[in-house]
Amino acid sequence: MKFTGRVWVFGDDVDTDQIIPARYLTTSDPEALARHCMEDADPSFPEKVREGDIIVAGRNFGSGSSSEHAPIAIKAAGVACVVAESFARIFFRNAFNMALPIFVCEGLYKKLKDGDIIHVDGDKGEITIEGGGERFTVAPIPPFMQGLIQDGGLMAYVKKRFVSPKVNVG
Amino acid sequence: MGKTLTQKILEDHCDEKDLVPGQIVQCRVDIALGNDVTAPLAIKAFEDLGVKEVFDKEKVVLVPDHFVPNKDIAAATQVKVMREFARRYDVKNYFEVGQMGIEHALLPEKGLVTAGDVVIGADSHTCTYGALGAFATGVGSTDLAAVMATGQCWFRVPETMRFIYYGKLQPWVSGKDLILHTIGDIGVDGALYRAMEFTGEAISALSMDGRFTMANMAIEAGAKNGIFEVDDATQAYLKGRAKNPPRIYHPDKDAEYVEVQEYDVGKIGPQVAFPSLPGNVHPVEEAEDTPIDQVVIGSCTNGRLSDLREVAGILRGKRVHPYVRLIIFPATQEIYLNALREGILEVFVEAGAAVSTPTCGPCLGGHMGILAEGERALATTNRNFPGRMGHPKSEVYLSSPAVAAASAIRGKITHPAQIVGKEEI
Repeated sequence: MKFTGRVWVFGDDVDTDQIIPARYLTTSDPEALARHCMEDADPSFPEKVREGDIIVAGRNFGSGSSSEHAPIAIKAAGVACVVAESFARIFFRNAFNMALPIFVCEGLYKKLKDGDIIHVDGDKGEITIEGGGERFTVAPIPPFMQGLIQDGGLMAYVKKRFVSPKVNVG
Repeated sequence: MGKTLTQKILEDHCDEKDLVPGQIVQCRVDIALGNDVTAPLAIKAFEDLGVKEVFDKEKVVLVPDHFVPNKDIAAATQVKVMREFARRYDVKNYFEVGQMGIEHALLPEKGLVTAGDVVIGADSHTCTYGALGAFATGVGSTDLAAVMATGQCWFRVPETMRFIYYGKLQPWVSGKDLILHTIGDIGVDGALYRAMEFTGEAISALSMDGRFTMANMAIEAGAKNGIFEVDDATQAYLKGRAKNPPRIYHPDKDAEYVEVQEYDVGKIGPQVAFPSLPGNVHPVEEAEDTPIDQVVIGSCTNGRLSDLREVAGILRGKRVHPYVRLIIFPATQEIYLNALREGILEVFVEAGAAVSTPTCGPCLGGHMGILAEGERALATTNRNFPGRMGHPKSEVYLSSPAVAAASAIRGKITHPAQIVGKEEI
């Protein structure tokens, strides 16, 4: 997995209410959610984000709610991947289950400003900033979770391994 | 090497032995829960899978509680999806308005969760059931869909942090103050991916309601789950209530803990989390005289009967400050009925409080008490993120029910002893 994109930089503890405010959770329509993506952290984000952009943040990205509306909103807004110092656990899990690429990378976000371009190489496990020589290491993904991505997310995984006559496939 | 509570429960729910932290296991799930925000997405994923039945009609629990009674047409549509799914797949535990409650108060009350269970819920505060000695954790809708189909869920076996509370609680100090203090100490990601095991003499002396409050907020420290050992209080709570027999585990004496934190509770007074993180915790004295526009008492954290009794004890014969809207949400219909019978609701109304039917409502800025720009609330809920209760430029402070009640009377954040102590002298 490789991505090159323009970054939007956020700080620590960006919670799910900032990613998609709970007042919009009466729908799960991706396009409707994308219109409010990151609105409470940066009200102009839904207007300025473009297909292929990358969100870069500090510690504990995605803390708070278990709602998948947060990764859905990010995906539907066109964001290619999210890079953070660390992720809250339910967001981390949801991202893999729904095949939103996320990367744990320490030391990167403080060196970036909005609009910088980065190159993310998930296969090599490194990130570089365009115009800079420094390489940042991406934390390795556990083999089981790589398998989830290879299968195409949790539902595809479940279909492949669990759905059998014993659970009465329709 | 010995095992922690969480390791033992997970081990008894999977086909592997001698689990170690970091290992990924497929576990059998005893209860799978969804609400009106998360279940509709799970239902869509479940139906896309083409499975004919849910894995167990008794073990899937659906509770519309976030935007009910339906706040608008979109919310009504979400609940309709749940209701129709429950009827079509004969899901036994669907709780309609009028019989429902906030999910994490309702499931223990109905006896749907017992000690030793593995519970997943598509709601982050599913960790509440750790108070009963269960392994309970929040997941997303896709996980819920997978469990509804297969009865199984993947987990990374967490490291465990042990929290030991010594001594005797001071007056006006509750489970809420202990957990706020703890989150303030370790930070909002201080237990990230880990299990929090709560123990010590102060925990043994804590009511079940106090334990539910503590386990409920484990997620606010980033934890996977919070868990308590089963003792006489747990057994008394489960007796005559739990639909299945408890399975009781104790951590081994040589269990491996990644970290041990110890607290002398005699040194902990009422706590308040300042905006805009649950870890931004200070003693109530540091917040005193902060004016507030709204007080919210209730939620899956602090909407139980003992919470309401404590609030009534402070409000009885007094009036809510004219500049404050006090909104009280009993967490379930049963709690509402008991509060009614005990005369508690009368105390609330006479004091000038609005009493609501059970709903998550304002806690997540959903409905029933939204804040305008620049307004400030004190709430017994669990989160005070930016804009959590309304406008992005509104503020939420978090406290115990006692501090919330005292503050509603004075119109400013107040130590309960300032109200009750003054009267008694």
